[in-house]
Amino acid sequence: MTTGHGPGPKFAIVGAGPAGFYAAEALDIECPGAEIDIIERLPTPFGLIRAGVAPDHQTTKTIQDAFEQIAQRPNVRIVGNVEVDRDVTIAELAQFYDAVVLASGAPDDAPLDVPGGDLPGVYGAAEFVGWYNAHPDHAGLEPLLDRDSVVVIGNGNVAIDIARILSKSAAELATSDIAAHASERLAQARISDVHIVGRRGPLEAKFTTVELRELGELEEAVAVAESHQIPDAVGSDLSPRDRRVKGKNLECFKSFAQADPSAKARRIRFQFNARPLNVLGNGRVEAICFERTRVENGQVTGTGETLEIACGAVISAIGYRARPLGGLAVSATGDRLTNTDGRIAPGLYVVGWLRRGPSGKIGTNRTDAEEVAALIRSELVVGDKPGLAGLKPLLASRNVRTTDYVDWKKIEAAEIAAALGGEPRRKFATMHEMLAVLGA
Amino acid sequence: MTYVVTEACIKCKFQDCLQSCPATCFYEGENMLVINPEECIDCGACEPECPAEAIMPDTAPDAAKWVEFNRKYSALWPNIRKQGFVPDDADDWVEVEGKLEEHFSPAPAAR
Repeated sequence: MTTGHGPGPKFAIVGAGPAGFYAAEALDIECPGAEIDIIERLPTPFGLIRAGVAPDHQTTKTIQDAFEQIAQRPNVRIVGNVEVDRDVTIAELAQFYDAVVLASGAPDDAPLDVPGGDLPGVYGAAEFVGWYNAHPDHAGLEPLLDRDSVVVIGNGNVAIDIARILSKSAAELATSDIAAHASERLAQARISDVHIVGRRGPLEAKFTTVELRELGELEEAVAVAESHQIPDAVGSDLSPRDRRVKGKNLECFKSFAQADPSAKARRIRFQFNARPLNVLGNGRVEAICFERTRVENGQVTGTGETLEIACGAVISAIGYRARPLGGLAVSATGDRLTNTDGRIAPGLYVVGWLRRGPSGKIGTNRTDAEEVAALIRSELVVGDKPGLAGLKPLLASRNVRTTDYVDWKKIEAAEIAAALGGEPRRKFATMHEMLAVLGA
Repeated sequence: MTYVVTEACIKCKFQDCLQSCPATCFYEGENMLVINPEECIDCGACEPECPAEAIMPDTAPDAAKWVEFNRKYSALWPNIRKQGFVPDDADDWVEVEGKLEEHFSPAPAAR
């Protein structure tokens, strides 16, 4: 491992999630000889692979192996436990690196902007998913799961992940890496019904078929839809791709509409064409009121008819917001930084969710990063920048205890050693525990 | 656990799957693609993208022989990451059945 000031270009990538790793890989291909430093706020890399992908989707998490191979390249380094704006500014990074690539995603929840949306028992998906995945920011959430119903708002795969985790048995979760605090709390919960509610209809829902099918195979929960909400066929006005994809989803919904709600102890209930009006409750969530909708020419309009669902918690999976990193301008949609094809300013770029908003799958970030890496190469001006040899002393002068790839492997080994039964690992949920493994 | 490409890909080779793959685990033959079962992470992102509906999970009936087929040819063919040339007559081959016997080419893609 070199500490920089070789002749190649120096790149800093902010964020060690999928977008950051795909950017590192793409820059390594575009600019052979480059030195690439991935700066990460946590001592644990891999971003939403670790803290977003559901803990029972361990095969999906094996994409981590591909990112580990990138991290082990001699010209790629992870600089962990470093938070931009707190420990170092983007302007300082620009002094040390030929290009800075922001890849820190959209980590905050879009607010549930209705009366009662701030009652105890209302959670955003980022914090709820972060809680059950042991993200240090959200480990202390202690969600209210003490009543028999939970409402999940949103019609994407995140809503399905949350409903599935809330509905799985302890035995089904035993081979997951769900946070210990979450599995304990779920074991004490007595949730019998999880409602997944969307503003639009089943054909507009953004679920993928693989995730829907999984809901039909749970041990203790049956997926239920209301047959009058499920159309017979997809519209002929759709593109061939939409006809194919939505047709497969429709087959799932049709089988859910025929399912016997009493077949199993718990239910996951799909409720379409309902938009939240207000959350009701005295000091905490006790119910949520929706207005029925219809979709006309792609627009959602209310019908005036209402629907009330008694519940002890509301989890809104309705999108994410970007943080204004370095005071940079956030787009009007609030979910990305203002940029043109990934360029923010000369030498400053953005990839992944922070570039294009929180959409797509893991692989979408690969093509995204490849596009931006090609742009970076075309605009690259290699100066006499020191890279990590400049950054390290600055961080040391600020008493920042940086972590590297070897440190991550020590944390990972400790998590694997602590695993019980069929768990792949027992995750640390606090920075303190992670750093304690390193004797820091 | 893996997804596999079946004979429905032969002479279609749309390559819409490539963009969705986080693991870059597709390999290119002269007239079809396959998946390396060791590299596939079983996420299923590719399955709905295929216009020929050529991709299936290894849990599907009849998938076993395709797992072996994908394993064999992914070791012999070059990796493909980005969509390249799509045959002009690809659409004409979507509905054709039994393409393995009649039309499969074991040759790697010309590079």
